[in-house]
Amino acid sequence: MITAERKPLDEILALVGDKKKVLVAGCDTCVAICLTGGEKEAEILASELRIKAEQDGREASIEHTAAIRQCEWEYLDMIADKVKDADIVVSMACGIGIQSMAEKFSPALVVPAVNTNMLGMPQEHALWLERCGACGDCVIGETAGICPVVRCSKSLMNGPCGGSHDGKCEVTTPEKEDIDCAWHLIWERLKAQGREELMYVNRPPKNWSKSSSGGPRKMVREEAKPV
Amino acid sequence: MADADVKVPAAEGEAPEAADEAPKKPVDPNFEPEIIVFACHYCAYAAADLAGSMRLQYPTNIRMIKLPCTGKLEVIHLLKAIESGADGVYAAGCLEGECHYLKGNLWARKRVNHVKDLLAEVGIEPERVEMYNMSSAMGAKFAEVATEFTARIKQLGPNPVKREGVDVHAAAREALGGAAMPDDPAPSAATSEEGHAE
Repeated sequence: MITAERKPLDEILALVGDKKKVLVAGCDTCVAICLTGGEKEAEILASELRIKAEQDGREASIEHTAAIRQCEWEYLDMIADKVKDADIVVSMACGIGIQSMAEKFSPALVVPAVNTNMLGMPQEHALWLERCGACGDCVIGETAGICPVVRCSKSLMNGPCGGSHDGKCEVTTPEKEDIDCAWHLIWERLKAQGREELMYVNRPPKNWSKSSSGGPRKMVREEAKPV
Repeated sequence: MADADVKVPAAEGEAPEAADEAPKKPVDPNFEPEIIVFACHYCAYAAADLAGSMRLQYPTNIRMIKLPCTGKLEVIHLLKAIESGADGVYAAGCLEGECHYLKGNLWARKRVNHVKDLLAEVGIEPERVEMYNMSSAMGAKFAEVATEFTARIKQLGPNPVKREGVDVHAAAREALGGAAMPDDPAPSAATSEEGHAE
């Protein structure tokens, strides 16, 4: 799923400025599942903003709402009235949802309350790990179902490098925790699958034009277009 | 005990314990804080009942809201109580390891700690929210916690977002929606009703 983390309150306050009518808009899909920007979190942020406004002696009307999905026009229709009443919308959706809102209700002011950070999976409750970089050219069929693009710190196509020790990468997380070496994991699983020979395949440099390096991407399904 | 590390002024006017603490504001003797207590039906609520039966004295500043378990308490419930103007809010759940629903009180402690972070973010003293643990047999502990927490809030002074004319208890209860349990009828009222019936 798409995961996101809430921005620090000071950053949100700076974006809101002195706007009087504020609508905090949650999204009840991906960001709700990762406990960052669903209706519950929108209500909490709205409460925080109200407390802050009251403390600063600012007159403000701060409400919250949530769309089932901010990234689809149909669901945005359902909150359109609330958006039209607001001076500013603080969106807690991922970057896609925020832009959908800004486009749908242009020129309404829509600002983000979260940083969209990855395509991750919930490894356990309240822990998400990055699993896909949406590179547009999936290779995991040859790498035992483990993505070297996002799980190898160097995105190596032919690993491991010399920085792999006892299955761990020489790079650590910002919290100084060890990271599994993706190419070690790939080797171990290829062995379990009896496909070790794939480790010796020389993979040419990756074509990044299919990723975001090739400009904004577009996908069309002609057969599914309305007639 | 998990709440042993909570710093509570032992008595009004006493010197601050830690030297690095900021100088405390003078306590307004006329300030009577409004304190919301989210009490678990299985322990703290019964402990309050016991405290009453034991004729223990504790401040009248606390207003209770009964929950089936402190695990029912969500972040927004605590935040709304502060937003509506409560000077202090605490959750009183079962002793750790003795929750009727196994881990409800542990969840509550995590949520209370998260609310402390949120309050710090908006510039409200995190000490205005707290989590306590007690059993239904600890009437004295209930009275002690109520006394200590009230003293702490008196020291902190009024909630800076307090507004005139807001019924804090009603607002906190409303925020809980269906999560709150109805209060037990007051014993005196029940007795007098029975008296009339007879």
